Amino acid sequence: MKKIIITVFILLFSLQSCKRKSEETTSTVSKNKEISDLSIYNLPSQWTTQDGKNIELKSLNGNVLVMVMIYTSCKAACPRLVADMRDIEAKLNKKTKKNVKLILVSIDPVTDTPQKLKSFAISNKMDNEPWLFLRSTEDNTREFAAILAVNYKQISPMEFSHSNIISVFNPKGELIYQQEGLGVNNDQTVNKINEEAAKI
Amino acid sequence: MQKKIFIIFLFLVQIGFMRAQESKMVPIQEGFYIPLYGATSKKPVIVKSFYLDIFPVTNTEYLNFVKRYSEFSKSKIKGIFADNSYLSYWRSDFDFGNANPKAAATNVSWFAAKKYCECQGKRLPTMDEWEYVAMADEKRIDARTKTEFNKFILSWYEKSKTYENRIGQTFKNYWGVYDMHGLVWEWTADFNSIFLSGESRKDKSADKNLFCGASSVNATDLMDYAAFMRYAFRGSLKARYSTRNLGFRCASTTKL
Repeated sequence: MKKIIITVFILLFSLQSCKRKSEETTSTVSKNKEISDLSIYNLPSQWTTQDGKNIELKSLNGNVLVMVMIYTSCKAACPRLVADMRDIEAKLNKKTKKNVKLILVSIDPVTDTPQKLKSFAISNKMDNEPWLFLRSTEDNTREFAAILAVNYKQISPMEFSHSNIISVFNPKGELIYQQEGLGVNNDQTVNKINEEAAKI
Repeated sequence: MQKKIFIIFLFLVQIGFMRAQESKMVPIQEGFYIPLYGATSKKPVIVKSFYLDIFPVTNTEYLNFVKRYSEFSKSKIKGIFADNSYLSYWRSDFDFGNANPKAAATNVSWFAAKKYCECQGKRLPTMDEWEYVAMADEKRIDARTKTEFNKFILSWYEKSKTYENRIGQTFKNYWGVYDMHGLVWEWTADFNSIFLSGESRKDKSADKNLFCGASSVNATDLMDYAAFMRYAFRGSLKARYSTRNLGFRCASTTKL
């Protein structure tokens, strides 16, 4: 008799699992009330840096983020995108630059291991502040691209098609500006970044 | 006492049954197909065997999900995960109003659809998986060359408000899957891998500045206007978007 009751309880309990999960999520959400509705810090995904450190995007909270999605084995547009990022960096206000992070997110997490990202960073002299390289799972990467409205597709084992978009986030993690295309005039992008960085 | 337990047991069985109904899937066997659009070459794409929901997710099912995950309710969903038209036809958080309980849940963003499937232990189908299943008619795995089949799909594109219909009223295809055509459009996991048009309308030819390698992904066969429409639609979507004619169904790599 007791056994039956226990079984019933176990059954009931197992049915609740989806619910319990949801409560956990709600409680973490309420703990982070300061995170705004449109913030990327709502994303729970884990990322790995070029130094093999695991971080959540949340840990970047409070900085102006300039983000671009690339893959290191790319021969066509990515070098130009990276050059565009450098160009932006060079024009940043020296006084407020410490509040800005320039982040390169890999769309090819299979090839772009932390080691690969590290050597890319070193060979491009980007293995220091304000540069940061990130990679995650393919699922998280797809989700993050969805947030940035970056489209990408693997067209062969070593080749991807992808949108050339540089995105600027304010310290709250809200997308405030996007620069589209390669080698375009970046004055407005730089202004936006400096403006936001000066507010901190 | 025993009676009580019996009642609880019946209740549980019923829940189990309801869940089974919700999660009805069929196996899709491995095969390959040549995508009509979006590939570099006319090389066949291999689709590994997987499981797919027989029907799109309904209003009733979505309501159950929202009740469990209230952060995905109409009023509580975060702006980053859905735009303002999220569940716009619902009367309130837990009331889908006059909509047919057995009609497909629409006005659902990609993030919400993805979360729904994850909560069921499933995932969204990839675009290749979806297209692979969608090329089947009642008898054939690939009916894309059949005039009748294409006519059916294209005639649906001209009909309005099919999203109000109950699920399961269109034909049952080769795999035992319903409503791939004729009811609502559906989200896929990698909808954002389309390079048909840059920011939806401006570029007829591939915009080389906006997309790296864009020119290498071009229409392999524009004859199939139906598929072209689907890809064009997906290409215009963003993950926050929710529209009245866009629903979803879930897939799984393994048997559940």
